[in-house]
Amino acid sequence: MRDLARMWAQALAIAMVVGAGVGMYVMSEGMLRSLTETRDAYYERYAFGDVFANLKRAPEGVIGQIKSIPGVRTAESRISKMATLDMPGLLEPAQKRIISYPQSGHPSINRLHLVSGNWFSPNRTEDVLVAEAFANAHNLHPGGSINALINGKKRKFKIAGIVLSPEFIYTLPPGAMFPDDKRFAIMWMSRPSLSAIFNMEGVFNDAVVKIDPGAQVNDVISKIDAVLDPYGGIGAVGRDRQISDWFLKGEMDQLKTMGRIGPPIFFAVAIYLLNTVISRWIELERGEIGLLKAFGYSSFQVAAHYIKFVMAITTLGVIIGCGAGTWMGLGLASLYGEFFHFPFLFFSFDFSVYIIAAGLSYLAAFLGTISAVRRAARLSPAQAMVPQPPTVYRRGKSESLIKGALGPTRMIVRHILRWPLRSVLTSFGIGFGVCVMVSVLFFQDAMDYMIDTQFTVIERQDASVTFIDVKSVDILENIKSLPGVMAAEPFRYVPVILKFKSNERRMSIKATAPGGRLNRVLDEKMNTATLPKEGIVLSKKLSEMLDVGLGDIITAEIQEGEKPTLNLAVVMVTETLIDSAAYMDIRSINRALKESNNISGAYVKMDKKYEPEFYSALKNIPSVAQVAVKETMIQAFRDTMEKNLNIMIFFNTIFASVIAVGVVYNAARISLSERARELASLRVLGFTRGEASYILLGELAVLMAVALPIGSLLGYGLAWIWASSLDTDLYRMPLIVSSATFAKAILVVITAGVATAIVTHRQIINLDLIEALKTRE
Amino acid sequence: MNITNNNNQNADLSPTIEARSISKTYRGVALDVHALSGVSLSLFEGEMVVLLGPSGSGKSTLLNILGGLDQPTSGQVLFRGQELTSFDDHALTMYRRDHVGFVFQFYNLVASLTAHENVSLVTEISQNPMSADEALSLVGLAERMDHFPAELSGGEQQRVAIARAIAKRPNILMCDEPTGALDSKTGIRVLEAIENTNINLGTTTAIITHNATVADMADRVIILADGKISEVRSNPARKKPSELSW
Ligand SMILES: Nc1ncnc2c1ncn2[C@@H]1O[C@H](COP(=O)(O)OP(=O)(O)OP(=O)(O)O)[C@@H](O)[C@H]1O
Ligand SMILES: [Mg+2]
Repeated sequence: MRDLARMWAQALAIAMVVGAGVGMYVMSEGMLRSLTETRDAYYERYAFGDVFANLKRAPEGVIGQIKSIPGVRTAESRISKMATLDMPGLLEPAQKRIISYPQSGHPSINRLHLVSGNWFSPNRTEDVLVAEAFANAHNLHPGGSINALINGKKRKFKIAGIVLSPEFIYTLPPGAMFPDDKRFAIMWMSRPSLSAIFNMEGVFNDAVVKIDPGAQVNDVISKIDAVLDPYGGIGAVGRDRQISDWFLKGEMDQLKTMGRIGPPIFFAVAIYLLNTVISRWIELERGEIGLLKAFGYSSFQVAAHYIKFVMAITTLGVIIGCGAGTWMGLGLASLYGEFFHFPFLFFSFDFSVYIIAAGLSYLAAFLGTISAVRRAARLSPAQAMVPQPPTVYRRGKSESLIKGALGPTRMIVRHILRWPLRSVLTSFGIGFGVCVMVSVLFFQDAMDYMIDTQFTVIERQDASVTFIDVKSVDILENIKSLPGVMAAEPFRYVPVILKFKSNERRMSIKATAPGGRLNRVLDEKMNTATLPKEGIVLSKKLSEMLDVGLGDIITAEIQEGEKPTLNLAVVMVTETLIDSAAYMDIRSINRALKESNNISGAYVKMDKKYEPEFYSALKNIPSVAQVAVKETMIQAFRDTMEKNLNIMIFFNTIFASVIAVGVVYNAARISLSERARELASLRVLGFTRGEASYILLGELAVLMAVALPIGSLLGYGLAWIWASSLDTDLYRMPLIVSSATFAKAILVVITAGVATAIVTHRQIINLDLIEALKTRE
Repeated sequence: MNITNNNNQNADLSPTIEARSISKTYRGVALDVHALSGVSLSLFEGEMVVLLGPSGSGKSTLLNILGGLDQPTSGQVLFRGQELTSFDDHALTMYRRDHVGFVFQFYNLVASLTAHENVSLVTEISQNPMSADEALSLVGLAERMDHFPAELSGGEQQRVAIARAIAKRPNILMCDEPTGALDSKTGIRVLEAIENTNINLGTTTAIITHNATVADMADRVIILADGKISEVRSNPARKKPSELSW
């Protein structure tokens, strides 16, 4: 422990690196378990469904048919509708999904959790239950009221209670990429009231199903589809395509990846640090080891001396890491609480997580020290007492490199090349610092790039207006005449099942006007392209999922109207980052559907001055189902993602600094210990403090300079891993790393390095010349 | 550089360096160690002085203070009239760089540099150096100049250290047990190199040794005991190192 006191700074640096690994593991693994447990308990307690089906309209009796499908345990029919809301303090109309719920009692599937207020009162038809996120965003409370526009009629609802649903842990407005709690609400209304409003007595348009354990989801889905097909079923989906569950799972996968990639980096660095430090230490104590052995100490006792030291460092690291990891986990849990709406979410102090983290740390410590300690233990007293012969240097191939260089520079270069492996590992170690930074800042770049491509290159409209049902193209003139509208272009969404060979995909074809300027497609090189008049255009991701190439003919089963089946040639493959869309010319789809110029909505470009007038005019058009305002979408995205990201960047900056400081400091200490005598003799010869310090710091600077490109490359590699793990059909993280990111990452590491260099410089200054020269090496 | 030195008793010659009642006290936990207590002495231009004394008598401490490696606790040190004791670290460094050459028992060569490069370390920074080749020739090692320290014998290493110390044409050469780690034959070669410097460059030279016979090559012998000068003796005639044996 005397040694611990003497080498406390080095020990602390190593402990911090171990701590960072432990902390990251405890945070990600602990959070992962918390989320898993919370989700499973929530799903279990509130009977989250397994299969979800949407349809046009079916008599109540049809639900009985679904219940009798083998493998179906139970099924519930519901009414689920979209409507617009007029919220005070919001210019544009908000939307809501309104879902039926039993007047009294609870369904067998997707039960609600009452946060505050009451369930429906028996004789009030205007009672609604509002999802907590929206209620919080608008400061709504039980007893308050909400104005909605339903079927062209204004209605006032009374808020009975604030609720949470396992179905909407994560909420996305239809067609949106990001949650927007201010503009998208989920509400529940009693079945009788809701069916009265929408004229849906005795019928339903939505079904949720729970299946028997062990039943094949896909079998059940295809049977449900068969039952609902005549009633306008657009295809049932399992949990894997249920938005809320999908996002939750995506987040958990990310945590899992983080827990698998991050900690090993830190443990690897810790192994390397322990190895160099202990090796050097044993080198310095050769004589003492020999003496101890000569006095009759066993090899084990000698080894135990070093092992105790390593154990102390590791234990310190484990304690720091468990503490920091728990703290970060708690923070992450509350952050998740903002995106994922659970009735409860605790960071679980799962004992096994801590045990595993500690186990990994001690394993790293073992791997880092075993070879050096074994060497010490094996040293025979006679061997140990003889000092190491002076280090043999030779001229290498690199001599040309230092031709003409002054002595100190030659010393630096020769010293680095004398221990090439150690030098390379040091550079890699420092490089990991850069890597950690790049891999987190990359998210920012990727997000910026996504936003830029999606919202300035592809979607150039200011708002998109969607109608409740398809409308004749004539309505476009009405839109154009709204205040402030400068241009409007039609679009048509058609639900479809695309099939090729054995692959199939349910989605919507997005049809736009030829030569449209507000919503464009990009070719594979990300250049804007014109939509071909005939055939279908697939996004790259979709073409991969269907395994089709240019020129292939795919089958498109339209899920609307008379449900025609079309054979369409793939005429183009486009690059998209968000969604995995399919595009067609609107006239071609109109023709195929044998309809005359119907549209689902319009893209609008407008003069910002007239925004309030535009929105209030829209609020009064009954056929408008939804207005998506681009700017608010981007804002919503930034609000949610950036906060999350900034926290991650903050932690990773600390992690990167810990690595850089740990590696640089240890390299400096070891160099100083090896070269104290040389530095002292240079000082005797009349070298100034600065000149002496140059030899050591210059070496660090060289190792650092080598580390920066290595680290940038490693960081790019890690970004690639992230990008490929986030290549989903909802969005794809592009592998974009800006030079600003590299610069920032490098800056963080250089700052940490320079701070460490300053500390080392002070130690060189305080070098006791006479002391250093007194003893024989 | 034409000062010859068969007789250096001359009080008319100015001292290169002068110590005025210097003391050095190391503060200890239990008791203070008085390494030097009130030592006064002058080393004159071109003089060769040997310092003798039992272990712990303060020889190294004295030499280090005169050479600008250390500061006394009290007293003054004057180099050509300049007060070293008022120098800060940088000024002391410059003093060493320009005026002092050191040779230690352990040669303290830079392992990663060849003999030639070790000497060049000094010629690169000092004001009026000889060439590294010349310095190595003076110690008889010109043909080994491209060897690394690990490839040289102890005596050869020590001669490289001397070449390095004299390459700057120092005013004072401080040698702390330069032959301590060497056998007598090798030791004599090393002493010859030191004497050459003293004679040819007129360098004021101080040699610490435990070997009383070495004292015969000095102009003056100063004996320390318990941190004080106990005896100063002048040799009527210096012996050549080759005439010494032990
Ligand atoms: N850094 C130090 N701290 C405490 N005491 C010291 C220190 N350096 C030297 N001393 C003490 O000062 C005294 C003089 O030491 P010095 O090294 O000058 O002796 P020396 O005459 O050179 O001995 P030797 O012949 O063994 O080299 C000794 O008693 C020594 O223990
Ligand atoms: Mg001594």
